[in-house]
Amino acid sequence: MATPYIGASIKRKEDYRFLTGAGNYTDDVALPGQTHAHFVRSPHAHAKIKSIKKDKALKAPGVVAIFTGDDLAGAKVNGLPCGWLITDVNGQPMKEPPHPCLAQGKARYVGDHVAIVIAETYPQARDAAELVKVDYEELPAVVRAAEARKNGAPVVHDIAPDNTCYVWGLGDRAAVDKAFSGAAHVTTLEFLNNRLVPNAIEPRAANATYSRADDSYTLYVANQNPHVERLLMTAFVLGLPEHKVRVVAPDVGGGFGSKIYLYAEDVVCTWASKQINRPVKWTADRSESFVSDAHGRDHVTRAELALDREGRFLAMRVTTTANMGAYLSTFASCIPTILYATLLAGQYTTPVIYAEVTAVFTNTAPVDAYRGAGRPEATYVVERLVETAAREMKMSPAEIRRRNFIKTFPYQTPVALLYDTGNYEATLAEALKIADVAGFQGRRADAARRGKLRGLGYSCYIEACGIAPSNVAGALGARAGLFEAGEVRVHPTGKVTVFTGSHSHGQGHETTFGQVVADRLGIPMEDIDIVHGDTGKILFGMGTYGSRSIAVGGTAIVKAVDKIVAKGKKIAAHLMEAAEADIEFKDGAFVVRGTDKKKAFAEVSLAAYVPHNYPLDKLEPGLNENAFYDPANFTFPAGSHICEVEVDPDTGTVSIVNFTAVDDFGKIINPMIVEGQVHGGLTQGIGQALTEGCHYDKESGQLVTGSYLDYCMPRADDVPAFKVGTKETPCTHNPLGVKGCGEAGAIGAPAAVMNALTDALGVRDIEMPATPQRIWRACQESKMKKAA
Amino acid sequence: MYSFSYQKAKTVADAAKVLAKDGDAKLLAGGQSLIAAMKLRLAHPSAVIDLGTIKELSGIKGDSKAVAIGAMTRHAEVASSAAVKKAIPALASLAGGIGDRMVRNMGTIGGSLANNDPAADYPAAVLALGATIVTNKRKIAADEFFKGMYETALQKGEIITSVSFPVPKRAAYMKFKNPASRYAIVGVFVADSGSGVRVAVTGAAPSVFRVAAMEKALAAKFAPESVANIAVPEKGLNSDLHAKADYRAHLVTVMAKRAVEAAMK
Ligand SMILES: Cc1cc2nc3c(=O)[nH]c(=O)nc-3n(C[C@H](O)[C@H](O)[C@H](O)COP(=O)(O)OP(=O)(O)OC[C@H]3O[C@@H](n4cnc5c(N)ncnc54)[C@H](O)[C@@H]3O)c2cc1C
Repeated sequence: MATPYIGASIKRKEDYRFLTGAGNYTDDVALPGQTHAHFVRSPHAHAKIKSIKKDKALKAPGVVAIFTGDDLAGAKVNGLPCGWLITDVNGQPMKEPPHPCLAQGKARYVGDHVAIVIAETYPQARDAAELVKVDYEELPAVVRAAEARKNGAPVVHDIAPDNTCYVWGLGDRAAVDKAFSGAAHVTTLEFLNNRLVPNAIEPRAANATYSRADDSYTLYVANQNPHVERLLMTAFVLGLPEHKVRVVAPDVGGGFGSKIYLYAEDVVCTWASKQINRPVKWTADRSESFVSDAHGRDHVTRAELALDREGRFLAMRVTTTANMGAYLSTFASCIPTILYATLLAGQYTTPVIYAEVTAVFTNTAPVDAYRGAGRPEATYVVERLVETAAREMKMSPAEIRRRNFIKTFPYQTPVALLYDTGNYEATLAEALKIADVAGFQGRRADAARRGKLRGLGYSCYIEACGIAPSNVAGALGARAGLFEAGEVRVHPTGKVTVFTGSHSHGQGHETTFGQVVADRLGIPMEDIDIVHGDTGKILFGMGTYGSRSIAVGGTAIVKAVDKIVAKGKKIAAHLMEAAEADIEFKDGAFVVRGTDKKKAFAEVSLAAYVPHNYPLDKLEPGLNENAFYDPANFTFPAGSHICEVEVDPDTGTVSIVNFTAVDDFGKIINPMIVEGQVHGGLTQGIGQALTEGCHYDKESGQLVTGSYLDYCMPRADDVPAFKVGTKETPCTHNPLGVKGCGEAGAIGAPAAVMNALTDALGVRDIEMPATPQRIWRACQESKMKKAA
Repeated sequence: MYSFSYQKAKTVADAAKVLAKDGDAKLLAGGQSLIAAMKLRLAHPSAVIDLGTIKELSGIKGDSKAVAIGAMTRHAEVASSAAVKKAIPALASLAGGIGDRMVRNMGTIGGSLANNDPAADYPAAVLALGATIVTNKRKIAADEFFKGMYETALQKGEIITSVSFPVPKRAAYMKFKNPASRYAIVGVFVADSGSGVRVAVTGAAPSVFRVAAMEKALAAKFAPESVANIAVPEKGLNSDLHAKADYRAHLVTVMAKRAVEAAMK
């Protein structure tokens, strides 16, 4: 083998099928005799369901069956579970209102699933759905987090009369209050973290089938973690034997978090497939995705930073209200807590931090993890505060950061995390260079001559990836493990199939994981296939989210590979009549150390499956190993983003003229794939800052931004040609030294953009998304202030 | 979509005959508005009559005095037409700024005008250039054509066959795009015909309109500063999530100024 695969920008193996239309997505799955489903959804944000009449619809052409909440209740189908129990400041468990798979008694948001109509064709199902007569009694709705706890606000769930799911705290409140009282300077900011619609290109879809022959189910579903989907669905909702349900998540066209969860539609299609004894297929259309996919973010925050005279951080105090939407989605509760408050130390030595988070119910779609999940929100708080403090104290934004960077590792933060390693000065120094910060004043002056306003903003983010270890997560309320599983199956001829519990929905795992295995086994990548997304093939898996795949899933594979090599050594020792201790595995061959005796990998694998000359008394034949890996800690990717914007004050238009991202992802397996992930993440981060805003009408609770006419996804011409760089500080506790890269861009970018924008305009804050209208208004206000 | 019947028309007369017989039938041009509305079940025609197969409806003819564009001519064809670029470059550039590549390859000038979306671009050009809309029944002057939001002077069964644009001395179109849809939040078309100046604004109000004060000022002196201090009243302007009426009013002035600047280049 010539060059090592790890570190090489190998073109993605999966792209051939994706780019030539040969992918196999859930909607491509056509099962014999399949029926088509359409969901009747609530047109109201909040309404009593007085009755549902389906007789007329049942007579419509092609209709096979219609089910409502009553049918599910009658069949003892449970509601959807929440996967993380948060315990509040008083030691009480969070409020967990039932989340029925089809509404029972009440609809709680526009798009809430009320009935399923199953017909021979999709148009028939849709036509018939219009004939299902739901008698609603409209109720007043509450959609904004800030309004949910006000006196007299409409009550979403009776078990939470103040619409409060929990009030949760982290950190030493008394110590923080004390530090604030003695501070030379306090910076305070209040802001919103806007609600986002995930918008994966492939909408959610399911195709479920039941087999009478062996009383088993197969569910094809656009999902990021098929084993978790199966576990939740069988154990918590349908009470089915787990081994009788196979969940397949074939090619999946993007997830960004929105396909982690167990959704009602998946459950209802699966359940219905047995009722009608035919496959039930459902694919969301885009309008449905907007109203029914779990949304992201939606925080209202007040944040304060206490500093001494030299700009050293003394303490941070953060109060956040997080909008959960109408129901708790699968991991909703842990996002604004465990994945948010724990990140508030950022890259800094802030000695004491206190965060209090109030999670509220509203009449909106459920909110859960979206690319970054909690960490973008935390970074936004920290980096907006730090930059604002620098401005207030007339310090350079780079200097205030340098003065507070964590420099020795491991570092225990005051908010529970233990950073194993990092080099924050290195990424900042590199970013300053690439962004040509030294030349900024000149560019700003030039822009001013053209009547334009330039601004520069920084964001030095940290993220925690590969949430772990399971026992600690369990103590914090997790209702699932957080390990990963991998299996390496060496075929007799030395070709290899790797099964991973990670799931690829755009990340290129088939390539990246292939590179790792090829290097470790010293065989060509073409000899290796990576298989994922099928509970019928893969021993177990926790799936892909939180940038965990290479760090956790990759490590599980490496551990299985290590077992293959260890067994191979035993076989090779036997074949070459040498001591096992003398066998070395190098460049794809087992070598007797210090001799030229060797056996190629394929010779050893053949011996394992044709065990004629084989130590059968001591060793099982075959060469197939699996491994489970539960990490000792999170990994901590970090980096520095610098954004330069130019504003046209006449119209409020902003353009990002430069965006520099220098990231430390630890060891990088495929730089091209990593760069692609960074570009995608940055684009979504810029989307959050400038274009994407999910807006519910305050009175009616209708989703105003329910299509691309009003919801603005960032397009190619909204982003610049990114300047990216990397620094490699390997993770200390996994064998590859990897940290994860999928979310970094979305985590760091919003603060960098908004810091740049506020710098350009000379204002403290603008609400995200900073649309031209908002920027124009900010320009008007600062003009008026200057005039006054 | 609800079910509907589909038919190809061979001639304009053919299409008119079907329309006359079936009040719920609709003409299909590029389908960029109609099909979307049908998919959302907002439109429910009994029949769709495809104009795409009628050759005579497509094409561009021009000389130094006027450019005539067939109703079924796609935006992309107008954008890249040598004749349009030479005679009325502002019109070619307007067409090139509509939607995205896919939309421009399908959408037609006839469909756009018949639809009269308040945020569509063509109405600004038609009104500012004083174009004439030719139908299977008559000729309609631009000033008579746009009646209100999605409303035109077209009668039931009337089919646009072409649009004739007089060639101006100079003209320019400036569009402030809705960041999401990229339709016009405000689009201002300024045309100087030599004998007079017309300023038409789209996107800002329920329907395209002219700004008499700007026209007068520009007729006196065709220069950006002539319009820099002329504001349109906020009252009656559209107000939505993306742009409240005051912002739209402000943008009309800015875009008008920039259009004049561009026309002078
Ligand atoms: C994503 C997207 C972005 C867009 N962006 C823009 C934009 O930035 N600016 C802009 O101006 N437009 C924009 N459009 C609209 C588009 O450019 C078309 O102009 C518009 O959809 C109508 O033209 P059409 O040919 O598609 O007509 P169709 O959708 O086929 O028809 C529209 C209506 O006109 C009627 N009709 C069609 N032809 C005739 C005729 N000859 N006589 C009488 N009635 C007729 C039809 O019956 C129908 O009622 C956008 C559309 C989309 C989908």
